[in-house]
Amino acid sequence: MNHKQKHLLVIFPHPDDESFGASGTISKFRDEGVPVTYLCGTLGEMGRNMGSPVFANRETLYNFRKKELNQAARNLDINVELLGYRDKTLEFEPSEELAKHLKDRIELHKATTIITHYPGYGVHPDHDALGRAVVKAVEMIEPGFRPEVWMHAISNDSEKDLGEPDFIFDITPYWERKEAAIRAHLSQADGMMNLIEEQDQASEHYQRLKTEQFYRWIFPTD
Amino acid sequence: MKAIEQSVVQEYINKFANKDVYIHLETTNGAYASHFDEKAYNVGAFIRNAQVNYQHGKIVSTGGSFRVGLKLDLGWVYAEGLSDFEFDEHGRLLMAGHDREGRLMVALEISEKPFTHEAEEDES
Ligand SMILES: [Zn+2]
Repeated sequence: MNHKQKHLLVIFPHPDDESFGASGTISKFRDEGVPVTYLCGTLGEMGRNMGSPVFANRETLYNFRKKELNQAARNLDINVELLGYRDKTLEFEPSEELAKHLKDRIELHKATTIITHYPGYGVHPDHDALGRAVVKAVEMIEPGFRPEVWMHAISNDSEKDLGEPDFIFDITPYWERKEAAIRAHLSQADGMMNLIEEQDQASEHYQRLKTEQFYRWIFPTD
Repeated sequence: MKAIEQSVVQEYINKFANKDVYIHLETTNGAYASHFDEKAYNVGAFIRNAQVNYQHGKIVSTGGSFRVGLKLDLGWVYAEGLSDFEFDEHGRLLMAGHDREGRLMVALEISEKPFTHEAEEDES
């Protein structure tokens, strides 16, 4: 695949998923000269966090989150494309249509690697639904032309069920960029970042953010 | 949003009575409740752009927060735990209740126009 121009496609449902879950890995790809596009499923307009102190409401939240996402994208030097779905509703979309929509984007961008949530281990129903749709979308592509799919698992039982992840990245070299990207999500991240600052740097949570790990999805016909 | 002033909100509620209005009603404890605490339950419900026409509505103080009930010809719209409100530039009455960390727990909103997915005018 060396002759081929690489393109990393990150497919998550919410503004901030990219920063918390994959921004170290994204930075690694960017440093290697690989273009990165974030296909963001929704605007996270049903989020509970309204800033701390509160500055958004249910009807203005999407606007803040859109701006925050653009700022995070500038920090990470990536492109963002919005898929236009509504927060919390992805699992109720017709799954064929959702998969077809993703397939078209994947082919348009000539993605060579995709990062998405591990279906069933994403905790948030939108994470699981979009991860599942990505699998379906890539299955629609002829074997041989399929990008690699890397799955991000969040749930507490993921390692017990799935074993060691295939890729474990120590993202310490990219920590500054990751932190800046997380902080860009002002309406969402404040509580989170305060938590991190209060915590001992050896704490489990802090260490979790400094490691990003993924499972490679095996397609039966590969 | 600012702290609910009962008499002010009551007046807005009166203004929307006997009109076809759209309701956004929501309650949530977040999608991660049982991820961070095994014993917690994820519960939530929302209805967006339900069209109703209420005969009258009332806001009642509970001490710390407020309850709102809207009486329909054939039923009710009800929300508890509301503490903040805003009458926004689109003429919508937004009411919400937040927890100590400022996270939304409940919302009740009334508008004469449908609530949009993405507001058309304030594009960034
Ligand atoms: Zn998410």
